[in-house]
Amino acid sequence: MIAFEGVSKRFPDGSLAVDDFTLTIPSRSTTVLVGSSGSGKTTLLRMINRMVDPTGGRITIDGDDVAKLDPVKLRRRIGYVMQNSGLLPHRTVIDNVANVPILDGVKKSEAHAHALELLDTVGLDRSLAKRYPAQLSGGQQQRVGVARGLAVDPNILLMDEPFGAVDPLVRDELQQELLRIQRELSKTIVFVTHDIDEAFLLGDQVVILRTGGIVAQAGTPAEILANPADEFVASFVGAERGRRALHIDAEHGDRVLVDGTGRVAGVLTDGPGGMAGTAAGSAPE
Amino acid sequence: MNSFLGALAWLADPANWAGDDGIPVRLLEHIGITAVAVFIAAVIAISLGLFIGHTGRLSFLVVSTTGALRALPTLGLLVLFALWLGIGIGPVIIVLVILAIPPLLAGAYAGVESVDRATIDAARAIGMTEWQILTRVEVPLGLPIIVGGLRSAVLQVVATATIAAYLPIGGLGRYIFDFLPLRRFEPVFAGAILVTVLALVLEGVFAAIQRLAVPKGVRILRGSPAALGAGRPARVEPAADSDGADSGGADSDRPEYGGGPTSSPPASHTHSHPTQ
Ligand SMILES: Nc1ncnc2c1ncn2[C@@H]1O[C@H](COP(=O)(O)OP(=O)(O)O)[C@@H](O)[C@H]1O
Ligand SMILES: [Mg+2]
Repeated sequence: MIAFEGVSKRFPDGSLAVDDFTLTIPSRSTTVLVGSSGSGKTTLLRMINRMVDPTGGRITIDGDDVAKLDPVKLRRRIGYVMQNSGLLPHRTVIDNVANVPILDGVKKSEAHAHALELLDTVGLDRSLAKRYPAQLSGGQQQRVGVARGLAVDPNILLMDEPFGAVDPLVRDELQQELLRIQRELSKTIVFVTHDIDEAFLLGDQVVILRTGGIVAQAGTPAEILANPADEFVASFVGAERGRRALHIDAEHGDRVLVDGTGRVAGVLTDGPGGMAGTAAGSAPE
Repeated sequence: MNSFLGALAWLADPANWAGDDGIPVRLLEHIGITAVAVFIAAVIAISLGLFIGHTGRLSFLVVSTTGALRALPTLGLLVLFALWLGIGIGPVIIVLVILAIPPLLAGAYAGVESVDRATIDAARAIGMTEWQILTRVEVPLGLPIIVGGLRSAVLQVVATATIAAYLPIGGLGRYIFDFLPLRRFEPVFAGAILVTVLALVLEGVFAAIQRLAVPKGVRILRGSPAALGAGRPARVEPAADSDGADSGGADSDRPEYGGGPTSSPPASHTHSHPTQ
């Protein structure tokens, strides 16, 4: 469990990125921080692994104040995945994935064997192991980034807009892979995005942020959609424009769902597994 | 032209290749003085440059030393140190070290600076220590530029080491300083030719080393030939500018690496690069 207790961050230049932020992030589930650019998501995420130190309040992991932990040791037991993979360009895929375990003293052969397994986990062909990051597509690089994040078998995985820079089709694929990986591994994932659809798809808990790291609403996607706390949330999730209010429009037949803006949003099916999941979740904008 | 032919004839004379003042001895002296001076300067300036580049602290030192040290007149400095310390190899080495520091410092600093901030940030975020970031990320990725600084330093020192003969210590400059007062121009010319050839050979060697210093994964990522050619210094020697090894690869999305593998540190003497 990760707990933010009245956490603030004022940067040396005077800007207050996060102001008195309190949140509990339960273990073995995915919490998504969602908000517009500049709302303090990255700052919040980076305070967990001490890439940023708060100027007020404290953050605990399973009761331990992170401020009292050695930053390098802390970071080595937390996976970190960022938008542009952050892979070392002069190291091969396998060396990138095995990097931290080797720095931690794991034997190279062992670390490499484990890295190959991780490539399987993230759906990458083992034949890519000897390639350099520049020889991979953006989506493949992000998969390597996820594999690297999992390499030390961390309990916590921090993900900062990891799919923000890949095209929509690949993003869908990566999101589904992440859901699968999470079903298998049950990590405590803290995921940052500005995409509300992504937040609702991935998040067990979704935290909607305003500028300054102010929590506008926290809850399950269903809770937030059913009861937006205020107009800001309603507008952010698209409820205001009627984008979340689906109805059957006879004009298109008796199974086609249309949202409040008149956009065809999906098809009503008899159960999950078919196309049902696409109705509210991931129809393109 | 007669003196030039005379110099060639002098060079061809086996008598000049033997003895204590023969060409091999003078050549070795010259290379030795250069190597010692560059080594001492490298130990000081590269460590300092890496420290400044990594921490971002004291960066004013790079600008001020490259400016101030360069304004010093080399020969005047040599005389000054000779008067102070006495005639010997010491003053020569000190002067050459001072000469070599600015390009080495600028190269080490610019090399580390050239590394993508996001890469360094990611390395830190996954738990690499500052030392590991420096040695495993910044130095390997900045190596071509660091070697570029070394290349500049070697060239300047090898040319200026001629003045060691002024004291008179040794090196190829002896042919110039010893024979000029005697108005025997063949050895003077021959000495100048030898220094030039030595400089060209070293330039070729360091150009090759610089190309080899580009990490493989980065070579793949490097920009188009047009991007590599932009801002190239005009050079006398063709060897330095051919980048046959760096063709191909997708367009780089990292402007930090712009300038190509032979790009020199911003403040180097022999290269006329604009500062990035
Ligand atoms: N290192 C920094 N120095 C100064 N201000 C910063 C720094 N990092 C972030 N900020 C500011 O803090 C606010 C929140 O930034 P950030 O956490 O990156 O937001 P987000 O990830 O939600 O886009 C922004 O106004 C940003 O300009
Ligand atoms: Mg951000």
